[in-house]
Amino acid sequence: MKRARLGRLLGSSVLGLAGRLPLAWGASGWDELNMPRGVTSASKSIYALHMMALWVCVGIAVVVFGVMIWSLIFHRKSRGAVPDVTLTHSTKVEVVWTTVPVLILVGMAIPAARLLVKINNNTDPQVNIRVTGFQWGWRYQYLGTTVSVISKISASSNAASQLHSGIRPTSVPHYLLSVDHQVVVPVGEKVRLLITSIDVIHSWWVPDLGVKRDAIPGYINEASFTIAADRPGTYRGQCTELCGRGHAYMPIVVRAVTPAAYQAWLKKHSSPRARRPRTPRQRP
Amino acid sequence: MAELHQTAAHAEHDHKPHGWRRWVFATNHKDIGTMYLIAAATMFLIGGLAAMAIRAQLFKSGMKLFDPTMFNSLTTMHGLIMIFGAIMPAWVGLANWMIPLQIGAPDMALPRLNNLSFWILPFAFTLMLASFFVPGGAVAGGWTMYPPLMQQFGAAFPMLIFAIHLMGISSILGAINVIVTIMNLRAPGMTLLRMPLFVWTWLITAYLLIAVMPVLAGAVTMQLTDHFFGTSFFNAAGGGDPVLFLHVFWFFGHPEVYILILPAFGIISEIIPTFSRKPLFGYEAMVYATASIAFLSFIVWGHHMFTVGMPVAAQLFFMLSTMLIAVPTGVKVFNWVATMWRGSLSFEPPMLFAVAFLFLFSIGGFSGLMLALVPSDYQYHGTYFVVAHFHYVLVPGAVFAIFGGVYYWLPKWSGRMYDMRLAKWHFWLSVIFVNVLFFPQHFLGLAGMPRRIPDYAPQFTDWNMVSSIGGFIFGASQVLFPYIVIKCIRSGKPIEANSPWDGAHGLEWELPCPAPYHSWQTPPTEAMLAHGAEH
Ligand SMILES: [Cu+2]
Repeated sequence: MKRARLGRLLGSSVLGLAGRLPLAWGASGWDELNMPRGVTSASKSIYALHMMALWVCVGIAVVVFGVMIWSLIFHRKSRGAVPDVTLTHSTKVEVVWTTVPVLILVGMAIPAARLLVKINNNTDPQVNIRVTGFQWGWRYQYLGTTVSVISKISASSNAASQLHSGIRPTSVPHYLLSVDHQVVVPVGEKVRLLITSIDVIHSWWVPDLGVKRDAIPGYINEASFTIAADRPGTYRGQCTELCGRGHAYMPIVVRAVTPAAYQAWLKKHSSPRARRPRTPRQRP
Repeated sequence: MAELHQTAAHAEHDHKPHGWRRWVFATNHKDIGTMYLIAAATMFLIGGLAAMAIRAQLFKSGMKLFDPTMFNSLTTMHGLIMIFGAIMPAWVGLANWMIPLQIGAPDMALPRLNNLSFWILPFAFTLMLASFFVPGGAVAGGWTMYPPLMQQFGAAFPMLIFAIHLMGISSILGAINVIVTIMNLRAPGMTLLRMPLFVWTWLITAYLLIAVMPVLAGAVTMQLTDHFFGTSFFNAAGGGDPVLFLHVFWFFGHPEVYILILPAFGIISEIIPTFSRKPLFGYEAMVYATASIAFLSFIVWGHHMFTVGMPVAAQLFFMLSTMLIAVPTGVKVFNWVATMWRGSLSFEPPMLFAVAFLFLFSIGGFSGLMLALVPSDYQYHGTYFVVAHFHYVLVPGAVFAIFGGVYYWLPKWSGRMYDMRLAKWHFWLSVIFVNVLFFPQHFLGLAGMPRRIPDYAPQFTDWNMVSSIGGFIFGASQVLFPYIVIKCIRSGKPIEANSPWDGAHGLEWELPCPAPYHSWQTPPTEAMLAHGAEH
């Protein structure tokens, strides 16, 4: 019986795979293979840098592997190739293959360094949010307001993730990538995150924003992003530093709205009379 | 030196101890080398089973074979077992077997130390593996052991730390032995710049080991005292600094990466000239490139921690120093390619593994270069892209080089030839499915899948399935390897000549097959040296 179940599992998996693979290569499929372009100028520049580095590597690979493959085909003993045992040293060639890589590296390092300096500029933010990682969730405090959001994995994902839940992940909307309370930010405004942790090291990552920064107890790390004004939406990410048994279960969901909607949201959820910031209710 | 050889010659009685005494009291470099290789193969099997369990759990989204903590223990122990239990002991085993043969020495310089450095290992491995069975299970904080998470584990935590101490002592003793042997027991006429590259890369590796194993020991000891004696080295609440551990750990960790791969460079530099029937291109450049890689490995550790919030200037420094490593690494690859160029190539199993190494290690190098670019690393860090990168460097890199080395020297060790057809099967299954296993992990990482997670969102299922299927077949095909080796030792066709490879040069091929129990009882002649050192 066990074997039959395993067989069915394998069968359905292989079939499922075969069915889905064309999708992976299809129109929307590039997303499954490559880094997202994202919605901030940082994420778009990082994507461009990544593609540049990738094509440089492909170029080098074509040349080096090309020479190797040529040797593998044409310099075979079985084809009667006679070794040229005098070919053991050539200063000219060695100088070339030391200096050319240096030039290529310099060519890659300059844009990378420029971008690095640019995306680490955290000055003049319009919104400041303190992000605190904990086992296992995130707390967002909007500095200068009384609004605070505690964000944990959504109930539906949590239920499906339990050991004998019997719930199919595909039946849960955004399985493992949905939260009970989203963090809301305005588009077109510079948001600065002040990231820390109260227990172990976590890492706050949203690929579409191009932001990944570790949350470390005793440290306050800075990161900032500006979402393009025409790209309101919901952006999802996960903790990327192993933080214990709940590491896979502390997603990050950022809802980007227009500045007006943001102000309205802020107003609705701030409580001037409350002594402690209150967690607003939201739809998951 | 000549005196030493004479003493060795006098001491030569062919009464090797029999039965268990031969192994427990072993002082012969070949016996100790064999034990190291068997231990490494055993740990490779256990670490491989952990990998199979990991790939089973990741077969599809929502697959719940293991509790998340158990899954984290599996990834943690897989890493530690493969690094400290499989690859490092395999290199020491190969060093033990080959260094005396290759430099014309009768044995290793410090045979009793050699015995100790091996026999520490079974205790270390037992301690490490036993931690699976204590309350709370094995340590589940990743092989990097970052605090404060590391402080949250129970009895397994001190067990692992003591195991690391033991393995560190073993490695340091082994490294001392290698250095003393190479410095003092080279045959007359075997100058440093005549040494085979495997010896050279191991000499440099030994210095790396002595430099960084104490750093690791210190770092984990500080965690131990934080946990049991109330210190606060890494405890922010007590004024300590968790990031300090990351700095110290990676100061060990990056040279460690080169400890795992430099001997592989050495082996590839032995195999490619043999099966190209042409001397190694740019021998001296290879030596200097290895030395510069080793030096640079000490100043790049920050590239493992670009997201911890280092100052921009520090991130820039580590980016540039890391990119610089591409230059000597490139020189090595170009030299290997130039060695094959206008050679007379044949593709016996060692050469097949070496050629696969060239292609696939280069892919690992390319992704390494991409990871060096800090802004891109912000996206890659902590994802499956990194997992793909270091597995490309370590599996078709280090592990393939070990396979290549064993298939190259096994006839010398056993005096018999293995089943070439089966070894080719082993190669083709390995090389195809290692790519099915690891290549899709690049996609997963780029698409946003973090590493070290027991479950993932459904959109990552396709490539995880491909990767798991590749993993199962790759894993299963490794069973061929011990089978081929054992079959060779038991019933392989005996070899008459000193060398089964017509293109091989090097002192080890001047000795009969199998190599005599006490390797070089009289120093090699200048003619042998000249023939051997044809690089
Ligand atoms: Cu976390």
